[in-house]
Amino acid sequence: MENKQLNAKAVKNFLSNNAIIILIFILALFVGFVADNFWTSNNFKNLVVNVSPRFIIACGVSGCLITKGTDLSAGRQVGLAACLAAMMLQSVDYAARALPWMPDLPWFAALLIVIPIMAVFGAINGCVIAFLKVPPFIATLGMQTIVYGLCSVVTGNDPLGGFKSSYSQVALGSLGPIPYLAIFAIVVGAYMLFLYNKTRHGKYMYAIGGNENAAQVAGVNVPATLIRIYVLASVLYAVAGFMVGAKAGGASTATGFGYELEAIAACTIGGVSTNGGVGKVGGILIGVLVFEILKICLQFLRVDPAYTFIAQGLVIIVAVALDLRKYLAKK
Amino acid sequence: MSEYRLEMRDVVKTFPGVKALDHAQLKLRPGTVHALMGENGAGKSTLMKCMFGIYHMDEGEVVYEGQKVQIKGPLDALNRGIAMVHQELQPIPERSIGENIYVGRYPTKRIGPIVTIDHEKMYQDAAAVLKEVHLNYDPKAKLGSLSVSQMQLVEIAKAVSADCKVLILDEPTSSLTAAEVEALFTIVHELRQKGVAIVYISHKMDEILRISDEVTIMRDGQYIGTWDAKGLTTDFIITKMVGRELSNLYPPRSNVPGEVVFEVEDFTSINPKSFRHASFQVRRGEILGVAGLVGAQRTELMEGLFGLRCHSAGKITYKGKELKINQPKQAIDSGIAMLTEDRRATGILGVLSIADNVSIASLNQYLIGGFMLDDGKIEQLVQDNVAKLSIKTPSSKTLIQSLSGGNQQKVLISRWLANDPDVFILDEPTRGIDVGAKYEIYCIIAELAKQGKSVIMISSEMSELIGMSDRIMVMCDGRVTGFIDGKDANQENIMALATQFE
Repeated sequence: MENKQLNAKAVKNFLSNNAIIILIFILALFVGFVADNFWTSNNFKNLVVNVSPRFIIACGVSGCLITKGTDLSAGRQVGLAACLAAMMLQSVDYAARALPWMPDLPWFAALLIVIPIMAVFGAINGCVIAFLKVPPFIATLGMQTIVYGLCSVVTGNDPLGGFKSSYSQVALGSLGPIPYLAIFAIVVGAYMLFLYNKTRHGKYMYAIGGNENAAQVAGVNVPATLIRIYVLASVLYAVAGFMVGAKAGGASTATGFGYELEAIAACTIGGVSTNGGVGKVGGILIGVLVFEILKICLQFLRVDPAYTFIAQGLVIIVAVALDLRKYLAKK
Repeated sequence: MSEYRLEMRDVVKTFPGVKALDHAQLKLRPGTVHALMGENGAGKSTLMKCMFGIYHMDEGEVVYEGQKVQIKGPLDALNRGIAMVHQELQPIPERSIGENIYVGRYPTKRIGPIVTIDHEKMYQDAAAVLKEVHLNYDPKAKLGSLSVSQMQLVEIAKAVSADCKVLILDEPTSSLTAAEVEALFTIVHELRQKGVAIVYISHKMDEILRISDEVTIMRDGQYIGTWDAKGLTTDFIITKMVGRELSNLYPPRSNVPGEVVFEVEDFTSINPKSFRHASFQVRRGEILGVAGLVGAQRTELMEGLFGLRCHSAGKITYKGKELKINQPKQAIDSGIAMLTEDRRATGILGVLSIADNVSIASLNQYLIGGFMLDDGKIEQLVQDNVAKLSIKTPSSKTLIQSLSGGNQQKVLISRWLANDPDVFILDEPTRGIDVGAKYEIYCIIAELAKQGKSVIMISSEMSELIGMSDRIMVMCDGRVTGFIDGKDANQENIMALATQFE
């Protein structure tokens, strides 16, 4: 009897802890039945290609969230990275080249140049948060605006196109059945898995999120760890921006708009707690998948894009509310 | 009408793992000052918070003006005429003095259908109240423009403005200057004349003997007795406050203090109200107890030594080598460990596992190839400590927050043991821990000393200090006021040093 009650409680807990994931899974099943071509390899590939850069962005934001911070500049940084990569990788014979003096760079050279440039923004975010003690919400909100402004200056507000084929191929090509973009995501995912679970940096990150004061007492170098987290985040935005540019076949100041919110939402759905100290790489992947599946489902149901935004916003709020409820109940 | 304004009978209040009040009682006559006394943790503030409705008592009753009442919360208490000046102020420094006095019960006026705050009346009333307590402040000035002690007086004005019949003053003079204390006493006298029943909590004997009519003494949450203040002596009060018998609550100790290894000279905080000119020595294998009342700055001094607080002057030497400590990392690297006072706030990493909690301060020791953590080694470390300190836990992956206080403390001790430090600072190591686990912690402390570690132990429990220390350092108001050999220490001579205010 008691066992039964326990089981019922466990089931209830599981349902409420994973409510959104379950609901969206049911939605996907429903859409699969009512819409044609939902269960096609094409749609699946589309999902994978969409998830890949977003997963990388979410990995970047996750470190900030786990340490009770956030990074609102993520989306704009992705946009700037995409624009920088685009400027370096336009075809040499394209008439409207932004940088006519730019030599014919291989795509990975451009990526290697974009990464350190973007890392500077992460370092600034990290220093402002760690040393000036500006709340991450405000610090990265300011950075969001700064990066957007810089992006406008650098691009002159002109959209960038005419990519050389090797760059476009990054998004289009695949290794056997696996799209190149997915390979980026797999490599980043494996690296994050290692970093979060097998290194001092990971342990310090969780410790700061769990209890910053206690971590300091235990000898954790809190500022250095925070700066590393925000730098890594920006490096990942650089990679993601590079991928987003390739995928879209163009980049502009509008690229990456709103990606930070999607990333934060995906992390929260995937069990990264806004209360800090909790979050797994696997969970983040699930969160991103769920969020993308939701978008695809709404598309298939022919929901007006305007309503799609409303649905996404609701999912974000509900996800955080459910997450916080877990902690409220414990008190 | 009963002869008492307010009676609290058989009050029981339990917090998880601790019985804070155990059939406590208090009887207040109108027009008297009633001193409530007891050691730290005796339950004075808890009892007052029950009276003021901040805590709800588990058992017992409050009889107010002859009627049994249930006080639902602070606002209910204020409406009934019970006001409290808290030990820790809760000011809103960015708002005006008047607003601070009337916060939560602003006078209002109607303009047609709209109810607004009547600022004019509020400031007029505030001015009148301030005048009543002889304070010459502009009620429109920002509260933040006053000093801490002035804010405390405003807090008293706030209590007076509630037109109270019972006024609770919880250590009201802790931050006042001598002149301000006099001003406060004048106010207290006037309120007493008006028939207000005043509860006065303080550790300062001379104040108590001077101002109070009756004295109630509490110990360990229990009611010890009520006496007429006339004819009471300091010695009598101290004996009643601390008088508990020492039985074999403590393990036998076989540590032998050796040469001086850790030396602190003239250590002074950057905050003039905190620790200053502290000098002391600790020997190898010695347990140095640190005694003092709330506000003696013991924790602050130790946190200063550990690099958690800034110091403006002072020298720390370990084995003849001067240490530069400005942050905990430096202290840890120099072989110092510190178990902080508030386990929840600065000790445990609640949502992390026991393994993470044990290993966090010593991760550098378990690396493969300089960067990858060796989970096997960490697991070994955890298992060793779980066995050695008999930590009761289902597994090393259990979250530390689900353990009992005693087991959490043992996990934190393991964290430091993993670094093999030579100097152990323990700040209230047995606070909030049940009796059985306390004994185990004492055994661990005794074992550390036996191994030749230097242990510095802050405690507010007199008997614990006397039972465990080779020597006791006593602090009062930021200064080291004396040392007592463990064998000669008793409650009286510790209390005498702990109340040596300047």
